[in-house]
Amino acid sequence: MRYLPLTDTDRSDMLAKIGAPDIDALFADVPEEARLSGPIEGLPMHASEMAVEKHMRRLSKKNLAAADAAFFLGAGAYKHHIPASVDHIIQRGEFLTAYTPYQPEIAQGTLQMLFEFQTQVARLYGCAVANASMYDGSTACWEAVAMAGRVARGKKHKVVLSGALHPHYAEVVRTMAKFTDDEIAGAPPSLTAKPDDDGLIARIDENTSCVVVQYPDILGRLPDLARIAEAAHDKGALLIAVNTEPVALGAIKSPGELGADIVVGEGQSIGVGLQFGGPYLGLFAVRDEKHVRMMPGRLCGETQDAEGKRGFVLTLSTREQHIRREKATSNICTNSGLCALAFNVHMTLLGEEGLRRLAMENHRLACMAADRLAKVPGVKVLNHAFFNEFTILLDGDARSIVRELTKQDILAGVSLGRLFPDIDCLSNGLLVAVTETTTEEDIETLASALEEMLA
Amino acid sequence: MARYFTDEHEWIDVEGDTATVGITDYAQGQLGDIVFVELPDVGSVIDKGKDAAVVESVKAASDVYAPISGEIMETNDALEDDPALVNTSPEEDGWFFKMTIGDKSQLEGLMDQAAYKSFCDGL
Amino acid sequence: MNAPNASGWKPGTPVEGHNAMSGPDTATGNRALMLEEPLLFEIGHIETTGVDLPEPKDGPNRLGGFERNEPIGLPGLSEPETVRHYTRLSRQNYAIDLGLFPLGSCTMKHNPRLNEKIARMPGFGDVHPLQPVDTVRGALEVINELAFWLLDLTGMHGVAMSPKAGAHGELCGILCIRAALEARGDAREVILVPESAHGTNPATAAFAGYKVEDIPATPEGRVDLEALKARLGPDVAGVMITNPNTCGLFEPDMKAISDAVHEAGGFVYCDGANFNAIVGKVRPGDLGVDAMHINLHKTFSTPHGGGGPGSGPVVLSEALSPYGPLPFTARTADGVVHLVEEENADEFEHTKAFGRMTAFHGQMGMFTRALAYMLSHGADGLKQVAEDAVLNANYVLRSLEDVLDAPFGPSGPCMHEALFSDKGFGEGLSTLDLAKAMIDEGYHPMTMYFPLVVHGAMLVEPTETESKAALDQFIMALRSVAERAKAGDETLKTAPHYAPRRRLDETQAARKPVLAWNDPAMA
Repeated sequence: MRYLPLTDTDRSDMLAKIGAPDIDALFADVPEEARLSGPIEGLPMHASEMAVEKHMRRLSKKNLAAADAAFFLGAGAYKHHIPASVDHIIQRGEFLTAYTPYQPEIAQGTLQMLFEFQTQVARLYGCAVANASMYDGSTACWEAVAMAGRVARGKKHKVVLSGALHPHYAEVVRTMAKFTDDEIAGAPPSLTAKPDDDGLIARIDENTSCVVVQYPDILGRLPDLARIAEAAHDKGALLIAVNTEPVALGAIKSPGELGADIVVGEGQSIGVGLQFGGPYLGLFAVRDEKHVRMMPGRLCGETQDAEGKRGFVLTLSTREQHIRREKATSNICTNSGLCALAFNVHMTLLGEEGLRRLAMENHRLACMAADRLAKVPGVKVLNHAFFNEFTILLDGDARSIVRELTKQDILAGVSLGRLFPDIDCLSNGLLVAVTETTTEEDIETLASALEEMLA
Repeated sequence: MARYFTDEHEWIDVEGDTATVGITDYAQGQLGDIVFVELPDVGSVIDKGKDAAVVESVKAASDVYAPISGEIMETNDALEDDPALVNTSPEEDGWFFKMTIGDKSQLEGLMDQAAYKSFCDGL
Repeated sequence: MNAPNASGWKPGTPVEGHNAMSGPDTATGNRALMLEEPLLFEIGHIETTGVDLPEPKDGPNRLGGFERNEPIGLPGLSEPETVRHYTRLSRQNYAIDLGLFPLGSCTMKHNPRLNEKIARMPGFGDVHPLQPVDTVRGALEVINELAFWLLDLTGMHGVAMSPKAGAHGELCGILCIRAALEARGDAREVILVPESAHGTNPATAAFAGYKVEDIPATPEGRVDLEALKARLGPDVAGVMITNPNTCGLFEPDMKAISDAVHEAGGFVYCDGANFNAIVGKVRPGDLGVDAMHINLHKTFSTPHGGGGPGSGPVVLSEALSPYGPLPFTARTADGVVHLVEEENADEFEHTKAFGRMTAFHGQMGMFTRALAYMLSHGADGLKQVAEDAVLNANYVLRSLEDVLDAPFGPSGPCMHEALFSDKGFGEGLSTLDLAKAMIDEGYHPMTMYFPLVVHGAMLVEPTETESKAALDQFIMALRSVAERAKAGDETLKTAPHYAPRRRLDETQAARKPVLAWNDPAMA
C-alpha cells in the first residue's frame, strides 16, 4: 500500500521491541467478539492511483461543469475567475498540510496570513474587527444571531429575519434556535421591485435582540440598511447584515458604513471555487471593538517575541470551547483556514483597484443581461436596483423551464421554486446571476432559448 | 472597616452597608498574568455563591462567585483598561465590585486575615 | 528524512571558533533562506493590481444610490510579488510535508496528492450546489458512495453528511438525540461526559440545552462503569464517550456502557476523533453506539490546511436515523441517487428531520478527497492503517518509557497515541519547555496539557504514515530533550532558539488585542 511506509520486517522488529507476539496483542483491550478477523466484507480491496483516478473521473464526467455551460446560477455561490497563482499557493505543503497555529514560533506563515485576512475582511465590511473565518455563510449567520443573544445578556428573545434572507440561511437559524428558546420571526419574500423595508421595520420591537437583513438580498435587491439600522437601534436591537457576494462590496457601500453592528457572509466568491457547496468560507466581523469578546471563532493578534520581533498568535482563546467548555461562546473548533488563505491571496492579487474593476465589470454585464432579457416576450425584470444578480418573472413555471434548458447546456439560474418550494406564488421567479465569466454570447444564448421556449 | 476572606480566595471589605470585593494575592499568583476581567452589570442582584465576574489569564478563565447576596452598586472600571492591576495590587487598586449587604449573617461564616493565612498555608 | 546524518556531519563536533548559528547581524534581518516578510499592508498599494480587468466605463448604473464613494483600504500586489509574499510566508510554517507531526488526537497523517487532483476535476470542483439534480448525478453519487463506505466501516444504520467539521457533527448527533427524546415526549436534562473529554463535548451538550455532569474515571484511565451505572436514571439523555479515549486507551467496557445507557432510556454518543486507531478493525455499531461523528480530516486524510476546512459526517443508529438533518442523498432500487431536501423528504419517508445545519450539502471538496483515500486503501488497506497506527504508537511508548513517565504504560498497550507526563522533570521545567525544545530539534511539538487528567500531559500520535527510520529519529530527539529536562537544563526555558520566532508574548496579545492592521502613519 503506497501510503504505508512500514515493511513486514519493520513490523516484526517493532513488535519484538514492544514485546508483543503479534499485532492483535496490541488490540487486547478490544473484546474478542468486537474484533474483526479480516477485512470488512462488501468493500473493495486497495486500488492503484490509476484505478482510483479512473473511477473518480467517470463520476466527475456525469456532472455538467459550470465552465461547459452558459451559466447563470448564484443564490449564495458564485462563479468567478480564480487566478492560477491562488491555487498554486494554497497547494504549497507548508500551508496545505499545516495544523491550526497553536505553536506560533513555527506557524508565523499561517498566522500572518490570518492577520492580513482579518484586516481585509474588516475593511471590506466596514468593521473594526473580523475573525479568522467560520464554516460558511449560513453557519456564520447563525453564530451572529447567537452572539446578539449574548450581547442582550439573554434578556431579549426575538430574532427578526428579513423575508428576503437566503431561505437556507433562515432554515439554519430556525434549526439552531429550537435549542436556545429564541423566537424566530420570519416572513415570506415579497415579489416587489424594492425590498419591503417598512414591513421589516414594523416587526422590530423592544424584545428584539437582532434584525437579520441580507444585502444584496436573495432576490438581488438592495435594502436600505441605514434606515433599518436606525430603526433597530431605536429599539435596542442589533442589525446583522448578511452578504453572500463579497464582490458586490467593491461597488456598493459596506454594511458597517451603513450602521450594521455585526456583518457576516459567504466569502466563496473570492478565491474559492463552487465545489458543489463546500468547503466555503464564513466571514464574521463586528463594527464596534467593544463587542470583540462576545465574538465566536478564532482570532489572530499581533504581539512580540522574546527578542522584540513582531509576531502573531491566536488570542482571546478563553472564549473558546477548549478552555471554557460548557461556557464557551460557541462549540466550534475549526475555521476555514485554507479557504481564508485563498481569499487572502485572491484579494491581494485584486487589490482595491482590481476589486473595483471586477465589481463594475460584473455590474456592467448584469445590466446588459437584464436589458436583453427584458426584451424577451414573457419575461419581466423585477428589480429596481441590483448588483450582479436579479430576479426575472417568466410566463411559466421557472423550475421546469430551468430543467428543460439544461438539455441545451444552459444553466439558466436558480428558480425561486427550488429555493422556496412551499410558496406557490413565487414559482415563476428565476434568479439570474452574471459575473465577469459570463460572455455576451452566453447572454444571447439564454435570451434566445427563452424566446423560443416562451413563444 | 473589617476585612473577610472566603475559601474561594476572595476578600470582602465591609464598610457600613457596603461590601467591596476582590480576589486575594494568593489567587492572582495562582492564575498568573490576568488579561481580562468581566464585571457584572451595576444594578444586578446576585445571590451568594452565584457567578458574579470572570477573571481571565491567557489559558484559563475562572468564575468569581458572589461571597454574599446583594445588589451590585459599582464596578472597578480601571480594570477594563488595565487588568494587570489584579496582579500588581490585588487587594487594593485591583478590587472588582462594590455590593450591598443583603444579609449580614452571611458574613459570619467567613475567615479573618489570620484564618485565611493558615487556610492558604494548608493548601 | 533529516537524519543525522547522510552528509557525514554529526552533532557535537563544532569546527573550532565557528558556530553555525551565531554570526554577525545582517543588514536585512534575514538569515540566508530564513527571510523576514513584511505585512501586505506595508508593501502593497491600493492602485496596484495583479489581475487584468477592463477599466470601468462611466455611465448609468443600477446600484440604486448605494455606490461606494469612500476608499476601502485594500492594497494589492502584482502577481510576481504576490507569489513571493506567500511563498516566503509559507516557509515559516511547520507541516506534515516537512516532518513527523506527533500531535495527539489530531491525526496528522500524510495527505495524498492524488486526492487534491481529484477534488479539482471540473465535475467536482466546478459545479454549483443548486444546479438541477440531473446535471450533478455524479456528485450525488460521490456523496452516496462515501456514505456507503462510512456505514460499512462503522456498522451503523444511517449517516448525516452535511456537518462542516467535527464539532458541527457532534452538535448534529446531540440534536438527533434530543429530537428522538422529544419525539417520545421524554424531556431529559443531563448529558454525562467523562472528565478527560475534549472541551468540545461539554460545549456542544451545553449548546443543545443540556446540563453537563462528569463521569468519574478509574485509576487505569477508563470510564468507571459502576459509577456510571449508579448515575444513570430517567433524567439522563445520554453519554458522550470518546473511544479510543483521550488517554489513547480503548474502553473495554464500551458494550456494557451502551447496554446500561440504553437500559436507562438514554443514547450513546461516541466522539469519533480517534477512529484512526480502529478503522477496519472494530465497528462502533457493534459496540452499541447511537451516533458518532467522523473527522474526514483526521482518519481519512483530508488536509488540515492550517486550521480547516474540516468535514464531520455523523453515522447514526436505527433509532436516531429518522431524525437526521436535511439534505442527504438516497439511492433508489433503479440505482439513481437522489438529493433529499425539505420538499421531497416525505417521498423518502424522512419526515422527522430536526432541520438543516448548513446552506448546502456539506464539504463536497472533502468528500471527493476522502473517497479517493478509501478507494486507494480498500478494506484491507484501512485495516492496515489502524494496525500500523497502533504499532507505531506502541513502539514510541516502549522506546521512551524508561526516560519519560508513562502513567498508563504498565497497564498494557496503548492504541494510536502514547501518553507521557512531566513527572521527574527538573525544578521549574515544564511540559511547555520540553515541547518548545522539540521545535529546535525540527519537530512540531506533541499535544500538551491534554488530557487534563494527567499532570503536564504529552500526547504523541505518530500515525501510520511514518517509517520506522522516521520514528527512530523522533525517539532519539525526544529522548535527548527528556534527559535534558530531567537534568534541569535551564536552556530549555528559552527554547525555541532556532525557529523563525522566539517565544511570543501571549499576555500582551490578550491584554491589548491588536486584531487588524492599523497604518501607523494614520495613528
